[in-house]
Amino acid sequence: MMLMLTDPFMQRALIAALLVGITAPVVGTYLVQRKLSLLGDGIGHVALTGVALGWLVGAGMGLTPNDALAIPGAVVAAVIGAVLIEVVRRRGRTSGDLALAIMFYGGIAGGVFLIGVAGGSSGNLMQYLFGSISTVTDGDLWLTVVLSLVVLAVGVGLRHALFSVSHDEEFAIASGLPVWALNIIVAVVSALTVTVAMRVVGLLLVSALMIVPVAVAQQVTHAFGRTMFTACVVGVVVCVSGLTITYWYNVSPGATIVVLAIAVYAVVSLVAPFLTRRRPAHDPHPDLPDDVDLPAAATERAVAAAKECR
Amino acid sequence: MTDTRQVTETSEPVIEARGLHFRAGASHILRGIDLTVDRGEVVALLGANGSGKSTLVRALVGINTPSAGTVRLLGAPLGTGRRTAAVDWSRIGYVPQRASAGGGIPSTAQEVVASGLLHGRRLRLPRGWRDQVEAALEQVGLADRVRDPVHLLSGGQQQRILIARALVREPDLLVLDEPVAGVDVASQEAFAATMERLVDGGLTVLVVLHELGELEPLVTRAVVLRHGKVVHDGAPPPARHDHDRVGHRHQHPHADDNALGAEARVLDLEVRP
Repeated sequence: MMLMLTDPFMQRALIAALLVGITAPVVGTYLVQRKLSLLGDGIGHVALTGVALGWLVGAGMGLTPNDALAIPGAVVAAVIGAVLIEVVRRRGRTSGDLALAIMFYGGIAGGVFLIGVAGGSSGNLMQYLFGSISTVTDGDLWLTVVLSLVVLAVGVGLRHALFSVSHDEEFAIASGLPVWALNIIVAVVSALTVTVAMRVVGLLLVSALMIVPVAVAQQVTHAFGRTMFTACVVGVVVCVSGLTITYWYNVSPGATIVVLAIAVYAVVSLVAPFLTRRRPAHDPHPDLPDDVDLPAAATERAVAAAKECR
Repeated sequence: MTDTRQVTETSEPVIEARGLHFRAGASHILRGIDLTVDRGEVVALLGANGSGKSTLVRALVGINTPSAGTVRLLGAPLGTGRRTAAVDWSRIGYVPQRASAGGGIPSTAQEVVASGLLHGRRLRLPRGWRDQVEAALEQVGLADRVRDPVHLLSGGQQQRILIARALVREPDLLVLDEPVAGVDVASQEAFAATMERLVDGGLTVLVVLHELGELEPLVTRAVVLRHGKVVHDGAPPPARHDHDRVGHRHQHPHADDNALGAEARVLDLEVRP
């Protein structure tokens, strides 16, 4: 265990996993709340084009290593993609689904196409698709730290406003809230989270880290704030323990983390019914008169029914 | 609300709509609405399903962008985008017709009502927000439900949560869209009592109603919409014959207003004693 903690590669990887474990569920909570669970996937696909674009520009400028601009490229492409999805969603709600689908295909195809133009092969994209946490450098780590702090500052600091907009957008408009700006903020923060998580779990599995912890949390809590907090705990636990497993066994960190998260989901969904049933039963019916005058016999039955509930 | 504000703004109408048109695709839903609501008035907006009542109040609070015409709220013009900033949203409360489908995550009564404390450029909850939320829930008789998830409450209770969400910011103007649709008489009476207390305290109200019901004694003026036009603006019109029979009770099952055409017939289901 000590060996793992003193290994500088592992130290960087653990810090990155910890940050991703917290930030991804925070953003994921808002996405699930607005029923946009697949947005993270859409952004992830677009980010792949950004990675390839970064390679192309880097190769053109003769930079070494030739993927020096891959992450900045991914950040830019992801932000643009997320804002575009939001614009489409705003203009016509029904076509948002279609726009997302086109972005999925366009992102992957664009990435593979551009990496070819840049003189690489689609094999170069694998580390971005499935993560490569062991290759995290000091520079990558700093970028991860800064982006995570931005995501957390916005996601936690503005949580009440973002909740209002995600819960009932029309009421938020009728309250004069800057709904458009808040929606864009959610989109941008989602994009940043995708690029932060890219190194840890890979673009194809990013969305799982945003959504699965929230799905776990939802089964044990009935409040928005507590769902977000529980999801973060689940996220940190699966990210750190998943990464630890890969230190001892030669398996993909991204895949291990996601499989672990889904296993937690399965276990919790089996156990949750027993947890909730333990709460004391209470009478959900208020003792109020209704709008009909009952005959005497029915009134007696109503009194009896009220007693049974108690 | 401070006294100076009361003095400087008494002359301004609380709501002022001029030449309001609203089109959704081929349907011309609002066809030139003029509406003024002055301070302290309780105005009932009446009309059949599909006459444009909901569309009108949604245009008045900025949800629907009118195709033509202007709206002024508390003396400030209601525009789109950045221009809505002129309106003092802290003084306006809106109660939608029914709970939105809600999000994918359950939330508590406290969380939903607290979102009513955010408005305009205020994006963070003020100090003591828990007490304010509790007081608002107290007003609608749901103080014991603070921590209950909203989706497990009954339809009538959810409606009251929406009212609490509008009341929590202590508005001077309350805009309600059918607040008592599908709510039993006892709750309607409790709602009317709450409204009476607030109106005595100087609240201005614009309320969409199907019939005046328990709110009748409070209503100072009625505006009747037909086919997207104001056809009556003045004293509350008497109910249709047979509606004043002793012991007469009403329930109105509602289809989606927006889905119904202008000629959709009114559904009246009477539960006779």
